[in-house]
Amino acid sequence: MTTLAIIIVYLVLVLLVGSLSHRLSRGTGEDYFVASRSIGPFFLLMSLFGTNMTAFAILGGSGEGYHKGIGVFALMPSISALVIPVVFFFIGTRVWALGKQHGYYTQIQFFRDRWDSNALGLLLFVVSIALLIPYLLIGVMGGGITLHNITSQAVPEWVGAALVTGVVFAYVCFGGMRGTAWANAFQTMVFMILGGITLFIIVHKMGGLSGAIAKVQATHPELLQRGPAEAGGKDLISPVRMLTYTCIPLSVGMFPHMFMHWLTAEKAAAFKKPLMFYPLCIAAVWIPSVLLGIFGAAEFEGLRGPQANYVLIRMIAKHAPTALAGLLCAGVFAAIMSSLDSQALSLGSMFTHDIVRHYGFHDRMSEKQQILFGRIFVFAVLAVTFVLAQVTERSIFRLGVWCFTGFASMFPVVLAALFWRRSTKVGAIASVATVIVLWVFFFSKGWTNPAYTVGMTGVMPVVVILAASAAAMVVGSLATRPPEAATVSKFFRD
Amino acid sequence: MNGRLPPWVLVALLAVLLLLHNDIWFWTDARIVPGVGLPVGMVYHIAYCFAATGMLVLLVKHAWPAHIDDDDEEPSQ
Repeated sequence: MTTLAIIIVYLVLVLLVGSLSHRLSRGTGEDYFVASRSIGPFFLLMSLFGTNMTAFAILGGSGEGYHKGIGVFALMPSISALVIPVVFFFIGTRVWALGKQHGYYTQIQFFRDRWDSNALGLLLFVVSIALLIPYLLIGVMGGGITLHNITSQAVPEWVGAALVTGVVFAYVCFGGMRGTAWANAFQTMVFMILGGITLFIIVHKMGGLSGAIAKVQATHPELLQRGPAEAGGKDLISPVRMLTYTCIPLSVGMFPHMFMHWLTAEKAAAFKKPLMFYPLCIAAVWIPSVLLGIFGAAEFEGLRGPQANYVLIRMIAKHAPTALAGLLCAGVFAAIMSSLDSQALSLGSMFTHDIVRHYGFHDRMSEKQQILFGRIFVFAVLAVTFVLAQVTERSIFRLGVWCFTGFASMFPVVLAALFWRRSTKVGAIASVATVIVLWVFFFSKGWTNPAYTVGMTGVMPVVVILAASAAAMVVGSLATRPPEAATVSKFFRD
Repeated sequence: MNGRLPPWVLVALLAVLLLLHNDIWFWTDARIVPGVGLPVGMVYHIAYCFAATGMLVLLVKHAWPAHIDDDDEEPSQ
């Protein structure tokens, strides 16, 4: 009961932070969806980072650490520490400038204008929704799993999922983007601090770092390296897999919710400190997550597949005092909700601006109508996600990787939009269509086989889809008439 | 040059950093690093995160896209 009470107190705190932001509301669509483009460096860092750290990092990361050992840290976070901020540097800053210049609220508005194509806008809308819903599911399912396990299965999973969904809806609904940014900043600090405390306490209970490592050496020495522990054995993570995984973090370039956060910056210079501190934030969150998964392997034998996603919660329940377990569990909730809020708001914004406002109102919509539709769609998105979470198979890490694969494969679209004047709408449509076809093909092969790689060579499907998508962009563009000079001049300086 | 590193130096550094991510030399090495207490393969990638920070500092200082800067003075939060 104590654990549950602490979690509820934490959720109330999040609601308070979110509702405080409502006092600064200007009652406009621009304020609701992009916080009047007024977010400074600290809130921008916390928003960008918190949004990107999901249950995928906290629960999925420790679950994979349980199975694959230290290689998980090399596989995802360390390459993300370089690629993600580099994408922010080259893509995010330029998107911000164009967004401010043309008054964009969504990614679709930018792409539709850039290539003067409604068809492309609709296509990207459908693909983004289809890929983002599984990402939202990661959060909602993570909330359910966390509460269920921390209370020794006393609280059903749907209750945790409902709590996370309800709280996120409340502060996104009333606070919009500013509420989301404030709540994100608060929650990001909570899960970064509590992640460190969790690691410290559990390692202390296991006899210090040397004691914990010794336990792993005695039971699962293979988890302390990536290659085979004995001659003739198999790699836990193959070098080719790690090399090709480099493409996965490119997904941030096409995430609608990251795009929306870029638009909130008060000025270009607001990106500078977030760019520099982002890699350190990644390390601060993933080190505890992966290590606790590895240490969990020494304490909980035989967790199979997705069962390992519970290992962090089990470690907390075993080693932390009840009150602290509640706090640490709140940290997991913080990571989950700080992503779910931005994703839900970005989907709400897309439905409002890219469908209702663009087609229903022909871009004439009052400020109040924009906010009302935004709230209705945020509710609808979260409600659908909650229902889907009750009936979906649960492997958090696998869901995440497939979602990232789709977004990363569309990276040539944003790259061409910003840096290639000669690119055309046909090239962009061909690129997205190629992603759809190949993603469905590889998903049908890989979903039932988590170890699937292209031809079982270790090459991740994302590499093939990304290369084909880039080729389609180039061929499609060069095979068609160059875009109108007037359109190009809106996006490029002479 | 205005004290700025040439773009090719930054591109080369970025490429080297990307290559260094693939530390096949530590693949089957489970040694524990003295003083840190963690396996060498993990310590390497923690250090890699710091190197990434260094790379971003260089990019921001030497390759910042000045044309997108503006002097909007609206209050920040």
